[in-house]
Parts: sequence; C-alpha cells; structure tokens
Amino acid sequence: MNTEWPLWEIFIRGQHGMSHRHVGSLHAPDAEMAIKNARDVYTRRNEGVSIWVVEANNISASSPSDKGPLYEPSESKVYRHPTFFDIPDEVGAM
Amino acid sequence: MYAQMVKSEASNDDPEKLAEFQARIDADIKIEPKDWMPQGYRKTLIRQIGQHAHSEIVGQLPEGNWITRAPTLERKAILLAKVQDEAGHGLYLYCAAETLGVSRDELTEMLLDGRMKYSSIFNYPTLNWADIGAVGWLVDGAAIMNQVPLQRTSFGPYSRAMIRICKEESFHQRQGYDAIRKMAEGTPEQKKMAQDAMNRFWYPSLMMFGPSDKESVHSAQSMAWKIKINTNDELRQKFVDQTVPQAEYLGLTIPDPDLKWNEERGHYDFSEPDWSEFFDVIKGNGPCNVDRLAARNKAWDDGKWVRDGLLAHARKKKAGNLAAE
Repeated sequence: MNTEWPLWEIFIRGQHGMSHRHVGSLHAPDAEMAIKNARDVYTRRNEGVSIWVVEANNISASSPSDKGPLYEPSESKVYRHPTFFDIPDEVGAM
Repeated sequence: MYAQMVKSEASNDDPEKLAEFQARIDADIKIEPKDWMPQGYRKTLIRQIGQHAHSEIVGQLPEGNWITRAPTLERKAILLAKVQDEAGHGLYLYCAAETLGVSRDELTEMLLDGRMKYSSIFNYPTLNWADIGAVGWLVDGAAIMNQVPLQRTSFGPYSRAMIRICKEESFHQRQGYDAIRKMAEGTPEQKKMAQDAMNRFWYPSLMMFGPSDKESVHSAQSMAWKIKINTNDELRQKFVDQTVPQAEYLGLTIPDPDLKWNEERGHYDFSEPDWSEFFDVIKGNGPCNVDRLAARNKAWDDGKWVRDGLLAHARKKKAGNLAAE
C-alpha cells in the first residue's frame, strides 16, 4: 500500500475582504493536519487570515489543449467591454 | 550553487514541438505542469529543483547544530526562525518538483541513498557561533545571487517557489551579517573568531557557484531553456564584488592575497577556489558528508512510525465517517 501522505492544495485569504488564493501545496495525512502544516509553511509572516485545504486529487483542471475552444470565442466579442462604445462628451460621465 | 553541476538531458522529441516550445520560452511565456515539454527539460528540472530542495533541507543541519547554544535568547529565536524558513523553502521546492511527475518519497529516497546531491557547502562543519554568522552572511548571500535571477525561470511552479524564497532570504543574510558584525566589533578574541570563520567559509562559498561553465554544453542548453539565467562565473564575480566592501566594513580580511580591484574591468580580481577539493566534496569525501546523510537517514527512519500512525489514523477516521453516512 502507498504510504505517502496525500497532497493538498493550499488556498490562503491574505486579508479581510480578499478572496482565497492558491499559494502552493503540501503533504498531510488529513485535512486537520493539512491546515496545521499550511499554517507553518505558508503563513510564517502574517500572510493570511484564513486557510482552505483541498486534496489535490479532488481538483479537476482544464487541459492546455482546450485553450482555443475555451477562450478564443471571447476574443471576438469586444462589445463586452465598455470602451467599445463611443459616448459623446456632451453626455458626461457614464 | 544550491544546484551545482546539474547535467542537462538531451531531448529526443518531435522537432516541430521543440521549436514551438522554444518559441514560448523565448517569448517569456511560462511553462506550466500540464503543458507539453521536452523529456530533457522535465528530467533536468527534476534534478535541478530536487537538488535545490535537498540543499535547503540538509542546510538546516549545520545551523540547527547551534540553536541550543546560541549566545542569547534573541539570537536563538532568530536562528530557530531561520532554520524553520529553510524547511519551508525545501517544501516549496519539493512541491514544484512534484508537479513534474516525481513523488515526494522518491525524491527523499534519492537523497537518502545518495542518488541525488545537495550543495557542497553543507558538507562543511559549523565549529563555533561565528560560523553561524558567516553562514548567514556568505552562504545565504551566495544563494541569493543565484535565486534572484531564477525568479524569472521558465517553469511556472519553480519561478513561483523562487519568488517566495527570495522574499524570505534577505532576512537570512542580514541576520548573519548582524551576528558576525557583533563579533567583529567585539573583544579581540571575538574578532579573531569572526576572521577565522571568514577564512574557512570564503572559498567554500565561492565553490557554491560551481566550476567555470564557459565550455559546458549542459549550461548552454539550460540557459536556452531559461532554467539557468547566468553563468557560474558571472554570479561568482557578482558575489565577490558585493562581499568585499561588506568585509571591509567589518574590518575583516578576505583570505586571498591576490584579491584586488581591477579598474579596467570594473570588478575585483580574485583567486579561484581549489577545485580538486570541490570535486572531492561532491564525491562524498567532505568533512561532513557522512554525518549529514546519516542524520537525514536517521530522521527519516525514526519518523516512520509517526508517518504511518498518522496515515492509519486518517484512514480509520475516513472509513468511520463513510460508515456513518
């Protein structure tokens, strides 16, 4: 049986009001230990106010080869950006 | 450096894919773990990042040696924090290596049975408290020289690990300089200890950059892949230029009678370290190679029951939770 501790991905909220951000990964036997280890490995200098841990094999990721089909369609839809529209100066701030 | 003489692997890949890959690197687009990469790039990086990680971990030993004997409670707390950082740096780097498809346990085992190396510098002993100052100042100073440019390396996880490391590394060098300065400005006996530490750590620090790589094919490949940013000689020169004024401030003498400012080059001329000593240390014959590996093996073996116990507990708890659902 594999005796290596599972890999956990670590997400940290840096400050109140910010979202959690991926900072790295570590090995731990369970979620509780993963949080304890994350505290030691990733918040030694006040980097965080909250920690999420997710077992790495529970994360599904998009594949690099899907880059075209996934993201190219939005490139042709420039009208989604407000700067696409000219608003006359006389109208004022909008 | 922390990764010395990393042999780069030749690639046997589809030329078209190789050209596309090189174009991405030339355009400074980061390579991420799921992207296609040449086998040689993957293998060389595993070796390089692994060696760097091992150096951080083994590097805890010479300094850990002095935690219980630090001269004041404050110095003890600082050294403890520094050594804890080194463990963290090792972990960031192991994680980066793991994204290339090697497991943590494999990496650990390759260190423990001698298949993978760590930096030559950690095979030198720390004989007294002045050595701790010298290690922070010179050894971490030399490490920073190499790590700062590596923040721009082409492999995303490696680059991100280096950025985290560099943020913390400056503390390491400054605490070392502060510690040795205290001694250099102290009693004649303390000053003598500081000079003695400098004498013993100067050339081993210069060796950290590895031998001249002017002729090295591996080095050219690694530089094209942007997993090596500067040549060993460039970094060594930069380190000497930076360190000489720092030593002068302390009133310490660099143990090199040929060291002098070269107006024409705008750099210091200096003597090369004894490379036969370097190769001997790399081969396993340094003053502390046997001790270092024995200490790592003992820690791994002694910790086995803890690792197994915690895993068994986690599995049992998981099974219990599933049964209760």
